Amino acid sequence: MSTTQLLAQAALDKAGQQTVNAASGAGMGYGLAAIGPGIGIGYLVGQSVQAMARQPEAAGMVRTTMFLGIAFTEALALIGFVVFILLKFA
Amino acid sequence: MDFPTIDELVKWPSISENFFFNKIVLIDILAVLLTALFLVLANKKQMVPKGIQNLGESSVNFIDEGIIQQTIGHGGRKYMPYLATIFFFVFFTNIFEVVPVIAMPANARMANPAFMALVTWLFFICVGLKAQGPKYFWNTIYIPDIPKALHLLTIPIEFLSAFILRPFSLAVRLFANMLAGHILLVTFAVLTLALLGGGVLAVLSPLPYFMLVALTAFEVMVAFLQAYVFTILAAVYIGFSAHPEH
Repeated sequence: MSTTQLLAQAALDKAGQQTVNAASGAGMGYGLAAIGPGIGIGYLVGQSVQAMARQPEAAGMVRTTMFLGIAFTEALALIGFVVFILLKFA
Repeated sequence: MDFPTIDELVKWPSISENFFFNKIVLIDILAVLLTALFLVLANKKQMVPKGIQNLGESSVNFIDEGIIQQTIGHGGRKYMPYLATIFFFVFFTNIFEVVPVIAMPANARMANPAFMALVTWLFFICVGLKAQGPKYFWNTIYIPDIPKALHLLTIPIEFLSAFILRPFSLAVRLFANMLAGHILLVTFAVLTLALLGGGVLAVLSPLPYFMLVALTAFEVMVAFLQAYVFTILAAVYIGFSAHPEH
């Protein structure tokens, strides 16, 4: 098959190409969205564990604040996941 | 074996054409009944609790000590009925994800979390209006003691984050967590079945199967954690409205 034929076939299959683009864009987008929150939650929990180890009597307060922080940080990754679903399926 | 489309995973047809009743509605009704049961159990006037009443009382005690005292503090106990209802309802609608036969978290449909987030939004605005009067809106978006020019920047940001992003993120967090968990369980179930039907590859099928079992246990934890996070955030927002800048 010559190059021109291959190109023509690729052009014909435009809808398929769009699906491929959407899927790869979605996967890449979610991967990028997960980097920041991943680092953030790791740092946050690490520091909280350190705080609890240094001052066990403050553990309850630290834990509540930790979950709050996780909830806010995690929201970014979850919005990335929703964008993934929208790109892939909508 | 094909991976099911998203519509097959989360859209359930109505069982009748005359009235709308599908799996999500069934889960919601069951969750309302269970929530009511728990609240009744926790309110029972009996000095020595027995049997399942222990569970109801200790979970309400957990909401009081683990959520309200940590976030709202003194005078927070009067919001207990709302927060306990939200906690139990979110937990029960989530936990049906791992109940056999049903196996669907009702919160993986946006209608459920969006409704709860809107009710919470209305609730904390009403608490703020009651505690601070009409100045509540101004107190929320205005940050004192910063250079005057910065107000141009901070007032729109504070307005967005307090009245638009709060309910949005509350709903999206719950929805995305439950949808992600549901898809994760489906992925490993489909993988197990596909390997079982794949000739020689069937020897590998226990691997995704054990992963599926482990993830089911993980989803039980997520169901509880999301209910906890939703309630704690609702309590924090109510606390901000009830007494600002203490």
